[in-house]
Amino acid sequence: MREAAARGGGWLAAPALLLLAVFFFLPVAASLGLSFTDFDIYALGSPELLRFVGLDNYLRLLGSPRFWIALRNTLLFCAVAGPLSVATSLAAALLLHSPRVRLKGFFRTAFFLPVVTTLVAVAATWRYLYHPRHGLLDRALGLLGIAPIDWLGDPRWALPAIILLAVWKNFGFNMVIFLAGLQSIPPSLYEAARIDGASGWRQLRHVTLPMLTPTLFFVALITTIGYLQLFAEPYVMTGGGPSDATLSIVLLMYEEGFRWWNLGYAAAIAVVLFAIILAATLLPLGLLRRRW
Amino acid sequence: MRRLARLASSGLLAAAAAIGCGAREEATAIDFWALGREGEVVQRLMPEFERRSPGLRVRVQQIPWSAAHEKLLTAYAGDALPDLLQLGTTWIPEFVALRAVAPVGARMSASTSIAPDDYFPGVLEMSEVDGILYGVPWYVDTRVLFYRSDLLARAGFQEPPRTWSAWLEAMIRLEAVVGADHYAILLSPDTWEPQVILALQLGAALLRDGDRRGDFQSPRFREAFRWYLDLFERGLAPRGSEGRVGNVYRDFAAGHFAMLVSGPWDLGELARRLPAELDSAWATAPLPAPRENGPGASLAGGASLALTRTSPRQAEAWKLVEYLSEPEQQVALHRLCGDLPARRAAWRLSGLVSDPRARAFWVQLGALAATPRIPEWERIASRIAHYSEEAVRGHLAPEAALAALDRDVDAILEKRRWLLGGRRAGAAEAKR
Repeated sequence: MREAAARGGGWLAAPALLLLAVFFFLPVAASLGLSFTDFDIYALGSPELLRFVGLDNYLRLLGSPRFWIALRNTLLFCAVAGPLSVATSLAAALLLHSPRVRLKGFFRTAFFLPVVTTLVAVAATWRYLYHPRHGLLDRALGLLGIAPIDWLGDPRWALPAIILLAVWKNFGFNMVIFLAGLQSIPPSLYEAARIDGASGWRQLRHVTLPMLTPTLFFVALITTIGYLQLFAEPYVMTGGGPSDATLSIVLLMYEEGFRWWNLGYAAAIAVVLFAIILAATLLPLGLLRRRW
Repeated sequence: MRRLARLASSGLLAAAAAIGCGAREEATAIDFWALGREGEVVQRLMPEFERRSPGLRVRVQQIPWSAAHEKLLTAYAGDALPDLLQLGTTWIPEFVALRAVAPVGARMSASTSIAPDDYFPGVLEMSEVDGILYGVPWYVDTRVLFYRSDLLARAGFQEPPRTWSAWLEAMIRLEAVVGADHYAILLSPDTWEPQVILALQLGAALLRDGDRRGDFQSPRFREAFRWYLDLFERGLAPRGSEGRVGNVYRDFAAGHFAMLVSGPWDLGELARRLPAELDSAWATAPLPAPRENGPGASLAGGASLALTRTSPRQAEAWKLVEYLSEPEQQVALHRLCGDLPARRAAWRLSGLVSDPRARAFWVQLGALAATPRIPEWERIASRIAHYSEEAVRGHLAPEAALAALDRDVDAILEKRRWLLGGRRAGAAEAKR
């Protein structure tokens, strides 16, 4: 009986598995294979010019300063934008959840709007905000007596500028998830805490945050995975410049693969990124499994 | 509103074409992919062609420049290329390596309407690979000097500079005229064209050993690179992104910079975007030359028309190439989008020769220098831009930047070395 049910389940899952196999596992396997070749523009024209190069692409990648710059930029972006983004969305969610705030619907929509706006349109606006001569941001800094900063043209400021844009663009999404998490905390817990005389801060520290841990974990994980694949923001804002200051791994992969058609090398980058994301996902899961 | 009307009318046209298709079954359709602005306007030259060539129809597809390279390669991989292609001249070696385009030399010499010696010298060569012609130049472009003549006059120069030393002196004096936070010349640190032009003027080869290795540490390239970096060190050109944000024209009008090295597209843009009172305050000049009086050489660019190798309609598509190469049609294209004609007959016909601002291009097109015609060139160019920027910003010493550039270029050309010799030697070794 149980076996029959399992077989039935297998049949039900088969279409989905087939689709996954054709459109996911096969391409992944193919790109893994591609990463051991020097597939390029010449090989595209004449397949006999394709060479099997073993681990050459990986060795070249590890020996390329640009890869390390891209990796450093991507990790730096994750390390700063990740926590900043989670903290901002948590703060926004707590504010919107507070009974004292009015016009909740309006603010919720307003905070969520950047998430659904096209990045290209947003980028055009932000480029003007960041302009050293005409930009709003530098004008505001000027009122405080700070000399204008060439946000997108100065290699020291370009990545912070991208981080600011990315956090602003994305925090609304996590905020909505946090709001859902907050709403699922039973009010009785707060009542009990109040009866025990807990202040607002202690309620946050000992009721809200512990109850939010699963949500927090989920949000942090999804954000990290998303940010490791940083691409669109630098692609439309800076093209990876100035001086590769905003070059990310995916942008490097795009450049090698679709601009120069070095598909073998680009596939190697994809495999390395895949390994990094896998590690970033499994490591915290493994650490937490002991606690839950 | 007008957009809506246009949309509606093009929808109607498409519907009419769909209905018409059945009725004119015998008409042979030529598929033509044109890029960017040319793709938008070339449609208007087609009714005349179709009237003159009964039995032929042209289906033009417009592709934006930014997506063109990817789209063409993907179409090639999917065996979906059209009969006729507009190709940027620097892309031709790549599409020849792909064996995507057909040689046209025989058709060219058999043609009664295309006269090879009517093209600017050096322009036909840009469409050649290893001496074989793969495309017919459609329009040309090159870079000249755009400058604010009023500011230059205030700096004490009635004429544009014709040698590097006069140019430098003019820029130094301009810097005093335009004032602090303003610049004599706009050079984006992340481009490769200006420094490559300077090097070509000095006769630098850029690559060596039959284009198998980088030659950027040669004395000639070094001299050009130093001269270029010097402009930033002296504060004559801005190091930041001021020029990149899209208000080049406003800044040029406001006098934030007085000179600009740019192409024919800015003839139209500046005429359109600068306020009317500045109309007599800007001019163009051929590029200065290193030592003797100019013009110094400039880059040969533009686009060519190429037949695809697998097309069964090459003869028909060639008729379209001949039509588009007629001086009258070149003039029509110039009127529609400002492209400079590749044929000198079209310059005379349109009166462009006597236009004072186009005149600089006419002179400059007589002094062209070509970048290496190999498929890897665009990649190499992007590395030149990268290491120049590193040097401009002071992250790398000039010598170190050029050494790193040579190293990168050698790595990029590894496959080319293998194809050109190593492969055969390697095979011979294996046999032994």
